[in-house]
Amino acid sequence: MSRLLGPRFPVGKPNWPSSIPRPAVRRRTGVDYETDWARTHAARVARAMIVDDVLRPVLAVIASPTTHGEDRLVGLEGPAIFVANHHSHMDTSLLLTALPERFRHKAVVAAAADYFFTTRAKGAVSALAIGAIPMERTKVGRRSADLAAELLDDGWNLIMFPEGGRSPDGWGRAFRGGAAYLALRCGRPIVPLYIEGTGRLWRRGRTLPKIAGKGEGVHLVFGSPMSPGPGEDARRLSARVEQAVAALADEWSTDWWSARRRAAAGTTPVLTGPSAGAWRRSWALDANAASRSSRRAWP
Amino acid sequence: MSRPGFVLDVDRSTPPILFHHGEGFRLEKLPAGSRVVYPAEPISPLADPGGAIRHALLNPVGDSQPLPSLLRPGMKLTIAMDNQAVPLPPMQRPDNRQRVLEIVLDMAAAAGVDDVHLIVAHGLHRRQTEAELRHMVGDRIYDAFAPHGLLTQHDAEDHDNLLLVGKTAEGEHVELNKRAVTSDLLIYVNVNLVAMDGGHKSTMTGLTSYRGLKHHHNVTGMQRSRSFMDPPSSELHNSVWRQGQVLADAVKIFQIETTVNTDTFPSPFAFLQKREWEWSARDRASYLATAKSLEHVPPRIARSIFHGIKSPQKMTSVQAGEVEAVHRLTLENVHRQHLVPVQGQADVLTMGLPYVGPYNVNSILNPLLVMCLGLGYFFNLYRGKPLVRKGGVVIMSHPTRWEFHPVHHPSYIDFFEQVLAETTDPLEIEKKFEEDFATDPWYIHLYRNSYAYHGVHAFYMWYWGAHALQHVGQVIIVGGEPRAVRRMGFKPASTLRDALEMAEDVVGRNPSITHIHNPPIFLADVT
Repeated sequence: MSRLLGPRFPVGKPNWPSSIPRPAVRRRTGVDYETDWARTHAARVARAMIVDDVLRPVLAVIASPTTHGEDRLVGLEGPAIFVANHHSHMDTSLLLTALPERFRHKAVVAAAADYFFTTRAKGAVSALAIGAIPMERTKVGRRSADLAAELLDDGWNLIMFPEGGRSPDGWGRAFRGGAAYLALRCGRPIVPLYIEGTGRLWRRGRTLPKIAGKGEGVHLVFGSPMSPGPGEDARRLSARVEQAVAALADEWSTDWWSARRRAAAGTTPVLTGPSAGAWRRSWALDANAASRSSRRAWP
Repeated sequence: MSRPGFVLDVDRSTPPILFHHGEGFRLEKLPAGSRVVYPAEPISPLADPGGAIRHALLNPVGDSQPLPSLLRPGMKLTIAMDNQAVPLPPMQRPDNRQRVLEIVLDMAAAAGVDDVHLIVAHGLHRRQTEAELRHMVGDRIYDAFAPHGLLTQHDAEDHDNLLLVGKTAEGEHVELNKRAVTSDLLIYVNVNLVAMDGGHKSTMTGLTSYRGLKHHHNVTGMQRSRSFMDPPSSELHNSVWRQGQVLADAVKIFQIETTVNTDTFPSPFAFLQKREWEWSARDRASYLATAKSLEHVPPRIARSIFHGIKSPQKMTSVQAGEVEAVHRLTLENVHRQHLVPVQGQADVLTMGLPYVGPYNVNSILNPLLVMCLGLGYFFNLYRGKPLVRKGGVVIMSHPTRWEFHPVHHPSYIDFFEQVLAETTDPLEIEKKFEEDFATDPWYIHLYRNSYAYHGVHAFYMWYWGAHALQHVGQVIIVGGEPRAVRRMGFKPASTLRDALEMAEDVVGRNPSITHIHNPPIFLADVT
């Protein structure tokens, strides 16, 4: 193809004979992007300044964030895996700025290798600003899991969005097992979190965020740290974490006691919404939002 | 590993000793030969309080089944809890009550219990504000229960919602909150700060009325409570226990008691609970900066700074089940932290009083409360015999301003102005004035609808010191406002040295002196 479009040899590149094996080219983007430099002391200081002095004030202006349930983290020491639902690019910044200080400045974010690390420049910005590490999400790969496990063992906290990407329609998606796998592999607790409202301000597909009006601020609810039960496998743990996030969502939209009762009865509304046609899902989403906001679902 | 409490013999090399002085501090050089009782250092907290609470609920002590087997759908469940009087200062979030309540409610949710009501058992104390309630139970519980009227505060004057459960063999009325006593299960959650708290006293003071309280909150009872920090030797507790047994026969009670360590002040004020000779350069700088700046700050501002302090104390034990069996364990755990052996009594007992006591959280430690804190609480921090001999002198250090919180303590103002102007004799006060104050409709209105302590509460403050008033020969307040001090029948002194000289008039030359080092609190085991 290149021979047809570009300048021909010797001005252009020669063809590679198909009978000669190509030497392995070391990719330096995607999951192969090296992020070690972003965890050096200098980079961490720079990131602390970006998070505390840039992201936090910007978020305060555009999203008026409020956190709930931080007291559930009292007594939690050392590295943990923070897991949340995912609606918006704002989620990572929100989480990073809202985490208690003992976690915030030693945290890495599992970011999609096929989105944040497609070029070296994007990778560098992501790694520096939010401490992103590349995570394979389109295929099963050992490299990103090994890196995350190594960092957890090394005392770094890990932020993950196990839905594997931002919500396409406002409802959540089923959790993937990566966080649970890492929790089991490294013996670290998972802290479930529920993020509310970021999709309203900066949903997928929107170029720039809206500025939150009065009463439209975003909310972050911390859940209690969860450890794998005896004999529990990653699939079960992951399902339990998903239920915990759903219970936090329920707690947010109703109250703690009602949510606990529904959780005990196994009737917590699922994050993924009703399995119905698109309009009914969208309709149900509006009805759900109406319980906490004055926005009308119908003119 | 925390070091136990001990008694320091003061010699010439001993550095000046820290005295609390309301919203300030003093460093006082005690005469050589004096003794200072140093409390134990804070003991290690529970590593996993949540796990310990669950374990306690699933493995109750005494004649009780595990909590989950007491819960069933369709039952009427009431959960009562201590009010903000404990712990002091209020603890950093999450409070012990929040930790326990969330786990109890989780179990209730799992059992499908719908009819759940939470009651703050504040007896005749003032109602708490929303912020105070949120601090105690946490936002999650507050937001889930309070808007539906399911988190309420006990009202000892709401006669439609009080029920006479019965009488003891001695004729003591057992009258309690109707919702609590008509429930299928009453769960009580406490924070046992000192040995006086907990057991049957939780329900019998927190959920009762004036009619139930006056059987033990009276002068004779208090004078026979030696001390009320040692329940087996306390007439107050004997009466309460008799009432509690009547209640226990009528209602199924599941008691959950927690204890805390004495890690009382957070880091900027951590020097307060260090031994003076161990103060680092940083501690000394903190002390100087704090003490000097407080000298130039109006009392109102200083008070708001101090009342903003949330203590880092942590849960050291939790036990659940049948009331008396639970409380025996609780007392062991309180003693594990508080007991300090002391040999012999002194002629003079000195103490520095802090800015806060159980009855002035977010409020003013008025002169009546100074008396109650010094002669009621600190004097009674003993087991065996008092730290000061009969006829000895108590010297307290506190500014003792003639100042009252008009919303929180309205009846105190009248008590101080009218009652104490006539007599300071507790027995005479009780006989002549108590009934009028207790039944005054205006005080009752303020107690029920505002944030006022009950009309009779001021009397209880005076009775709390009745044993000490009977025991000691003189009370001197160092640095107190003279007219407020004299109104209570005490003597004002400008300095500790003056006070010690004045004490010599009562106890003779070269008296033996014991000083209570505070914070944190302790319980002297005097032999």
